[in-house]
Amino acid sequence: MIGGLFIYNHKGEVLISRVYRDDIGRNAVDAFRVNVIHARQQVRSPVTNIARTSFFHVKRSNIWLAAVTKQNVNAAMVFEFLYKMCDVMTAYFGKISEENIKNNFVLIYELLDEILDFGYPQNSETGALKTFITQTGIKSQSKEEQSQITSQVTGQIGWRREGIKYRRNELFLDVLESVNLLMSPQGQVLSAHVSGRVVMKSYLSGMPECKFGMNDKIVIDKQGKGGATEEAAGKSDLGGSGGGGGKQSIAIDDCTFHQCVRLSKFDAERSISFIPPDGECELMRYRTTKDIILPFRVIPLVREVGRTKLEVKVVIKSNFKPSLLAQKIEVRIPTPLNTSGVQVICMKGKAKYKASENAIVWKIKRMAGMKESQISAEIELLPTNDKKKWARPPISMNFEVPFAPSGLKVRYLKVFEPKLNYSDHDVIKWVRYIGRSGIYETRC
Amino acid sequence: MVCSVSICAGEIFELKAELNSDKKEKKKEAVKKVIASMTVGKDVSALFPDVVNCMQTDNLELKKLVYLYLMNYAKSQPDMAIMAVNTFVKDCEDANPLIRALAVRTMGCIRVDKITEYLCEPLRKCLKDEDPYVRKTAAVCVAKLHDINAQLVEDQGFLDTLKDLISDSNPMVVANAVAALSEIAESHPNSNLLDLNPQSINKLLTALNECTEWGQIFILDCLANYTPRDDRESQSICERVTPRLSHANSAVVLSAVKVLMKFMEMLPKDLDYYGTLLKKLAPPLVTLLSAEPELQYVALRNINLIVQKRPEILKHEMKVFFVKYNDPIYVKLEKLDIMIRLASQANIAQVLAELKEYATEVDVDFVRKAVRAIGRCAIKVEQSAERCVSTLLDLIQTKVNYVVQEAIVVIKDIFRKYPNKYESVIATLCENLDSLDEPEARAAMIWIVGEYAERIDNADELLESFLEGFHDESTQVQLQLLTAIVKLFLKKPTETQELVQQVLSLATQDSDNPDLRDRGYIYWRLLSTDPVAAKEVVLAEKPLISEETDLIEPTLLEELICHIGTLASVYHKPPSAFVEGSRGVMHKRLPARTGSGESTESPDVGTAAGGSAPEAAPSIIPSQGDLLGDLLNLDMAPPTTTGPPPPNTGMQMGGMDLLGGGLDSLVGISHSMGAGFGAAPAVMPASLNAPVGGGLGDLFDLGGGVGMPMGAYIPPKTVWLPAMKAKGLEISGTFARRAGVIQMELILTNKAMSVMTDFAIQFNRNSFGLAPAGPLQVLTPLGPNQTIEVSLPLSTVGPVMKMDPLNNLQVAVKNNIDVFYFSCQYPISMLFVEDGKMERQVFLATWKDIPNDNESQFQIKDCHLNSDAASSKLQGSNIFTIAKRTVEGQDMLYMSIKLSNGIWVLAELRVQAGNPNYTISLKCRAPEVSQCVFQCYEAVLKN
Repeated sequence: MIGGLFIYNHKGEVLISRVYRDDIGRNAVDAFRVNVIHARQQVRSPVTNIARTSFFHVKRSNIWLAAVTKQNVNAAMVFEFLYKMCDVMTAYFGKISEENIKNNFVLIYELLDEILDFGYPQNSETGALKTFITQTGIKSQSKEEQSQITSQVTGQIGWRREGIKYRRNELFLDVLESVNLLMSPQGQVLSAHVSGRVVMKSYLSGMPECKFGMNDKIVIDKQGKGGATEEAAGKSDLGGSGGGGGKQSIAIDDCTFHQCVRLSKFDAERSISFIPPDGECELMRYRTTKDIILPFRVIPLVREVGRTKLEVKVVIKSNFKPSLLAQKIEVRIPTPLNTSGVQVICMKGKAKYKASENAIVWKIKRMAGMKESQISAEIELLPTNDKKKWARPPISMNFEVPFAPSGLKVRYLKVFEPKLNYSDHDVIKWVRYIGRSGIYETRC
Repeated sequence: MVCSVSICAGEIFELKAELNSDKKEKKKEAVKKVIASMTVGKDVSALFPDVVNCMQTDNLELKKLVYLYLMNYAKSQPDMAIMAVNTFVKDCEDANPLIRALAVRTMGCIRVDKITEYLCEPLRKCLKDEDPYVRKTAAVCVAKLHDINAQLVEDQGFLDTLKDLISDSNPMVVANAVAALSEIAESHPNSNLLDLNPQSINKLLTALNECTEWGQIFILDCLANYTPRDDRESQSICERVTPRLSHANSAVVLSAVKVLMKFMEMLPKDLDYYGTLLKKLAPPLVTLLSAEPELQYVALRNINLIVQKRPEILKHEMKVFFVKYNDPIYVKLEKLDIMIRLASQANIAQVLAELKEYATEVDVDFVRKAVRAIGRCAIKVEQSAERCVSTLLDLIQTKVNYVVQEAIVVIKDIFRKYPNKYESVIATLCENLDSLDEPEARAAMIWIVGEYAERIDNADELLESFLEGFHDESTQVQLQLLTAIVKLFLKKPTETQELVQQVLSLATQDSDNPDLRDRGYIYWRLLSTDPVAAKEVVLAEKPLISEETDLIEPTLLEELICHIGTLASVYHKPPSAFVEGSRGVMHKRLPARTGSGESTESPDVGTAAGGSAPEAAPSIIPSQGDLLGDLLNLDMAPPTTTGPPPPNTGMQMGGMDLLGGGLDSLVGISHSMGAGFGAAPAVMPASLNAPVGGGLGDLFDLGGGVGMPMGAYIPPKTVWLPAMKAKGLEISGTFARRAGVIQMELILTNKAMSVMTDFAIQFNRNSFGLAPAGPLQVLTPLGPNQTIEVSLPLSTVGPVMKMDPLNNLQVAVKNNIDVFYFSCQYPISMLFVEDGKMERQVFLATWKDIPNDNESQFQIKDCHLNSDAASSKLQGSNIFTIAKRTVEGQDMLYMSIKLSNGIWVLAELRVQAGNPNYTISLKCRAPEVSQCVFQCYEAVLKN
């Protein structure tokens, strides 16, 4: 298991050092500094073996976190733990920075004592930890409180404490998608996929039992068309339908869930039921590859006029409901290395040639659906002897649209709290869809 | 913590005062200051008594700070640490469960012997505490205590209490108990500590659904060590583990994949569920690639293994391994590796387009690897070869130095794979001769020039230009140059005589490198005695190279599959290669397939898991440095991609490089070589001496037999390598097991005229990993007609490859004259270890547990021993009789044998009074050993 955990600043000075096992000596601290932090070249592996000691590291801004071991540990677990450790620290004192770590070192030691015992990760859910590791010092707890804490930390619902109360029961669902595309110059889709996340922010009293439903093809097909009346969450069409329209259900390639979701139930019935942690959590991640709504289509036209001139014309077409607005649109058109000057004319937005990036960057603040816009540019080239042809990197695009390109729709999110007197109807629910570009490229 | 920075006395004094203050707040601030000093490395041990005095407080935060201090300094101040014991003991009885847990947790971290004595009672109470938080902490504390004093833990019966916790009602307690037990079990490989059985497995699976993500990992990792009884149990466990594949925590997913990959081995392939499971595995593996880069790296290293083991899982997912611009370099390199593995005719066009893009990136390693990958594609997918070659030519045109060199190295392999197809590009290659500065590329280019000398008009000029700086070249280039010029000479003898003499004299007279000298002499003699034979040898047709060269060896792969998710799978090395001490040395194996569906196939499965081993291995390009390969100028590094480090298993590989591994494919050739040299006058007519050698061998054999009257059976010595075949060196020998050490007893006889020196020995990979434990001890030169007896201790930690027959051993012996190869068979009885006596109960259970299909029956004829005599005779060879039963005048002896690699063989020997024919039934999980074991029985009983 993990033998020790060190936190360094960018200079390699140790800010936190906690050793759990005897086989890790003080020299391990120095070994990592010398071999990894002070090594000149790029990091070639996140796992380094120095003198039969293995170091796992992650970097957050200029802080290094390193876990050390001499055994054959579960490597995936060590990294997951390091990320979790970062999450916990962020939840307690915000950004992970040298100053914050120095100011909170007592707290960090206390946390490390609790979430890593003899190198074995223990309950590391911030919700539970905050009940008994506080910065303000422990108030005297009653016996009930103590046993409540321990049963929560060790219990089946370790991520939520009992007795949470809100005057207004409210929950927010964010469907955040990143759409990736690689298209040929002729407009053929070479590869496209959406990776999405459902982020839930909940302010619910008690221990609410939740059930989440979406237009998952498997579920819809199982229920048949008749079952669709179950549509409970009226807010699901909050801008939910994209330009493609009319799509009833989507095929999800794979999904993973927050640990609060009962996986065996999902496996058996494909229903997503859980008791959520208080506050924000990433409920689910998913990936789809079929029937993706591509919000923009890029049509490039590059013409070489002689050896010293290029003419480029790029048309972008928005492909979603006219009532919706895309934002933060940016098109990046690469230019050859020997470009000497560029003249740009664009119908909308602003375009600029950025010599340092070897690209024309065209920015449009907003654009409605079913519109098109174009840019044309003349690129003057310096004559070179270089026989090598310009490799023509793809044109890439960034944007944000208010719908889910995968077509995912939230059908319902039902809340039951058997012990308290509020019902599903009393909960105020908000659903928001945001589609962003991932790697969205068109070859030219 | 070692303290380097001193702290001034005034500061200490001030802190002392504050620590002894009456005000709680002031006290706490003071302790905080102490901890701060401690963190930056200042020595504050002088404050020990004052800090410990603060321990008795009901303020939890203050208490934790004091404990932190204690954990750091207790070891340096053991006597003072005792002062804290009372508080600990008291805290363990505190009403607040958080304080009880804190006390027992901290006490376990104070590694002072005197304290551990006091720890036992509180720990015992905490293990049975009513609060689950305390119990889960106490469970881990048992592992801590075991690390300090294992005996104490056993004596105090903590292990049993820990086992009971597996049935605890709280899932987290179960998970921590499992983690602690797994760790303790690792340091006692033979103990049956975890005692996994269907009931306990059921409990674990139930807890799996309820515990934290970390707990799920502990439980899944533990489950992976279990071997289900049959395919049905295996399937039901798989069904209950699959939901974990949707967990957000990648480590949970990977551990679940490990369990599934392992238990899948037991499922019959025609089962519907088997196909479903295969389909279910792909999406989660792809999803792992959207995790953070560090985890992606771990996932990719594991996918690399999974793709080698079960290529069908991800064969349609090529696209997800395409490299993204922003990927860190370690992710890029791993993705590239997997892309090559998945390349097939169906997707080759896409792959090539990608690879071409990569070849223009910035990172040198990545570009090189991409160029190599293009070459690999050409070799792997024949249809794409032409496109690959033209892509490579394009890349050569870029004139980027390292791209050109890399391209030339891979083009050499393409020539090997498709002879007489792409030689038209040679002219382009020759243009770039001057820019080559890396040995590998130079060697490749020289090979090409030599190989195609007849097509290159100025081949002699080209080679001559290299000759000028002969002594500054690396060995690789020198060897290649020597061979190439000899080839050239054989092809164009008239114009190049001078050149060949020049290189031969450079190699033999002016070089210090024995390999180079040896090869020079061999060529020289060959050319001067029999140019026709020389042509046959030097210009011999070269074996085709196979598609896959960088595959992980099947047995290692199998072991690594059992370690999915762990460091071993990241390093692609068995844990024993990087873990010290006894932990993790135990080799894990995949279970054999059992059950009804495929019973007829089952005997093969032990190695069928090891898959294509026997067929694939010989066609793999011989590894670097193979001497015989050298003669055929195959010695360039195999065209492995630069990616994963070769499966270097530490010391075992150390000696292996000497003669290389591709022995078997070349043995055939060595015979013809020997014949070629037969005419050389240096060799004595060996047949004259042969009988003498044989007689000597017999004498020594007697000696051996007398020395160990009751010992293990030692077969008589036989001649392994006749002098005829080895230029006068005759080797005869046998194997013996003496005091637990396997020895190879050799008699070397020099029947040649010249003195033999510099003996070395090496084994090819073999079924049980036999390898010399030390060098061959022939210290004095062996004069003509001299005989020397050597005993070579063997170890069983060498690289493993299944041989046919199983007990076949291929040996290479080298001396100052040449390298000789022979193969011999060893009695498997020498692998029977001394602790092979099984407990009766275990025997019974195991006997039942092994499916009947694995049972084989043999007859031993004409044996006139009674059962007791047979039993004691067998005992001498570590075949232990566990029980004896007499039924109707027939004695049934039940026996157990353990092989050095941990395989158990169970036997039932039936002896009927008056009947000289015995019947023996053998049962073993790896049924292929049965035949060899039977042979041993026969040999031992009849000896």
